[in-house]
Amino acid sequence: MKTLDKVKVGERVAVTRITGDGPIKRRIMDMGITKGTEILVRKYAPMGDPMELNLRGYELSLRKKDASIIQVD
Amino acid sequence: MSIKIALAGNPNSGKTTLFNELTGSAQYVGNWPGVTVEKKEGRLKGHSGVDIQDLPGIYSLSPYTQEEVVTREYLVGERPDAILNIVDATNIERNLYLTTQLLELGLPTVIGLNMIDLVRKNGDSIDIEGLSRRLGCPVLEISALKGEGCMEAAEAALSLAGTGLDKELPHVFNGSVEHALAHIEESVSGLVDRDLLRWYAIKVFERDKKVLEHLAPGAEVTAHMEEHIRDCEKEMDDEAESIITDQRYRYITSLVSETVVRKVHKGGLSLSDRIDRVVTNKYLAIPVFAAIMFLIYYISVTSLGTVTTDFINDTLFGKWIQPGVASGLTALGASRPVISLVVDGILGGVAAPLSFIPQMAILFLFLSFLEDCGYMSRVAFIMDRAFRKLGLSGKSFIPLLISSGCGVPGIMSTRTIENEKNRRMTMITTTMIPCGAKLPVIALIGGVFMGGAWWMAPAMYFMGIGAVVLSCLILKKFSMFAVDDTPFVMELPNYHLPVAKNLAMHVWERVRGFLIKAGTVIFLCCAVMWFLSNFGFGADGFGLVGTEQSLLSVIGGFIAPLFIPLGFGNWQSVAASISGFAAKESIVSTIGVLAGAGGIRTFFTGSAAAMAFLIFNLLDSPCIAAITTLAREMNDRRWTAFALAYQNIFAYVISLMVYQFAGLLTGAVSFGPGTITALGLLALIVFLIFRREGGKVVTGGLKYEHN
Repeated sequence: MKTLDKVKVGERVAVTRITGDGPIKRRIMDMGITKGTEILVRKYAPMGDPMELNLRGYELSLRKKDASIIQVD
Repeated sequence: MSIKIALAGNPNSGKTTLFNELTGSAQYVGNWPGVTVEKKEGRLKGHSGVDIQDLPGIYSLSPYTQEEVVTREYLVGERPDAILNIVDATNIERNLYLTTQLLELGLPTVIGLNMIDLVRKNGDSIDIEGLSRRLGCPVLEISALKGEGCMEAAEAALSLAGTGLDKELPHVFNGSVEHALAHIEESVSGLVDRDLLRWYAIKVFERDKKVLEHLAPGAEVTAHMEEHIRDCEKEMDDEAESIITDQRYRYITSLVSETVVRKVHKGGLSLSDRIDRVVTNKYLAIPVFAAIMFLIYYISVTSLGTVTTDFINDTLFGKWIQPGVASGLTALGASRPVISLVVDGILGGVAAPLSFIPQMAILFLFLSFLEDCGYMSRVAFIMDRAFRKLGLSGKSFIPLLISSGCGVPGIMSTRTIENEKNRRMTMITTTMIPCGAKLPVIALIGGVFMGGAWWMAPAMYFMGIGAVVLSCLILKKFSMFAVDDTPFVMELPNYHLPVAKNLAMHVWERVRGFLIKAGTVIFLCCAVMWFLSNFGFGADGFGLVGTEQSLLSVIGGFIAPLFIPLGFGNWQSVAASISGFAAKESIVSTIGVLAGAGGIRTFFTGSAAAMAFLIFNLLDSPCIAAITTLAREMNDRRWTAFALAYQNIFAYVISLMVYQFAGLLTGAVSFGPGTITALGLLALIVFLIFRREGGKVVTGGLKYEHN
């Protein structure tokens, strides 16, 4: 299962599932990352982390560790 | 009884601009009780008896962040008469997510659709009437930037204020969820207001801890509700909280597909994206940032800043005010002590911090510009990785940066840090970065003891950074700072030119706060310092004395033995350090006055002692202006007490180690109890850094808990 933190720059993916529970998952979903959401990986920060994503028309910064709970294809 | 309209919306949606537009200068800014979240309210222009309550910018009403909790408690507990929900039309899906939640609160709601001119420019269009019909509330076009439609939106909210809600809520959830919700509503209907029944039912379904604590439905009822929730979870093959969030967005996606027509331009890069290609570029990001910061500091501190500071110190006070007041008082027949108190003590003491204000204002103007235009979030993005190891996020970088100019705006800028524990930790450590006022002290010690080495100032900045890192590593292991797993999830808003009025208000708010402090607290401090240094028990009893016999020397002498292990156990050094309480530059003037002919070398047994003295004064509690700012922002006496205790104890421990180890190397110190203590403290620090953290909190299912 591919997770969001492994996606390369410029790739467009769709969310299949978000694992885990609690505040992290809630926060991620609150920001619009839900099942079926299309995400474009814009770039990774100069130090390698966090990642910048484009979804629902805006730019979001997300740490790779938190992105790892988002399964995509 | 005034009518209250609550202003709610996402961060970066233009809410601040709207608030300023609606209230003008009739604003009051403070904190919500007991938390570090900023609270703003104001009177609606032209409508006496109508107040606008600005709520924190939030993305959702979950129970996980301070801002959300504060907002929920206000909307549910205090029940404003209406909600004006500002929605950023260029970001409409995520903004409407909050809207669906606000609508469930049972309060009359009006949507102000902002930035719609930008939407049109992109070639997109929004069916406002369709949106309004589907959501069941009025939707008005506004442009907060241009000031268009704002008053109309507020007045629409006003006209709905206090009216009953008979509009149908939008159908956000599917049958399975509605079924469970119906059961829950039935179970808790006796416990809550009818208006809030829907809201509570959804929260119970989500197993919202705070709501469950508040309702305390009892074991049997809870089990019954839990059963229905689990049935739904099984049917939807997902977990309750996610089901709700997921369905909200599904609803919004379909709503938007029906009401928003988008010109297809998926591949293109917006202006913001193009700017970011440089600004967050893998290789250019940090150089660009360094260049911007250098420019800002050069203008505000080095060139323009120094000119204004010198003018205030030397000309305004030195040539005009001080002599003027002196001659005025003499003419009035005031006695010499009184003249000295006013002219030297108070005016002299107050001149230093006041002279900082132009510098601060310019610096703050630049930094507010960077924040309002959207750049600061890029800085947090770039720096985040470095801060993660400290238990912080990239957002802590900016306060630390600002504190290199002045700790007062530095502490205030911690407001942008969402996580309350991170905010507090940053506030406590941020003044370890040398501020502008500490530079003269560095220069003095460096000049006298280090041969004026060029590397002194940079070394002290690195020392400050090291102190921050060390403190974070130590403190984060304590449960009061241990961060529950809130992720660092941050929006990178589109760049836009800040609104001049907002900028001006930002800067004015900060400067005004500092001015008031200068006029009261610093004023008082200078008077007290003057008194302590000029009065004491002399040959003729209590009265004016030379500094050797002053109360300050007595107090200093009393405390001085404490500092023997640090190498400066004399009352003059201690007195100078105490004078830093009023303003850090005072350390230089005080120690200069006390040194007299022998020079300051007489106070320190060598460069090791001098360095220990310097480092102590760099790391201990900041000046009274910063302390009062800290107290205000902490909004909690115990936290403030902890902060001050930590800063001073930390400074003491580090300085002791510096003196003992450096002294051993230079030969000023021989191995003895002092060095052993230093080694022990070092071991303690190492232990505190590397020990295992306290257990983390685990979230569970629906449980009945006794309160």
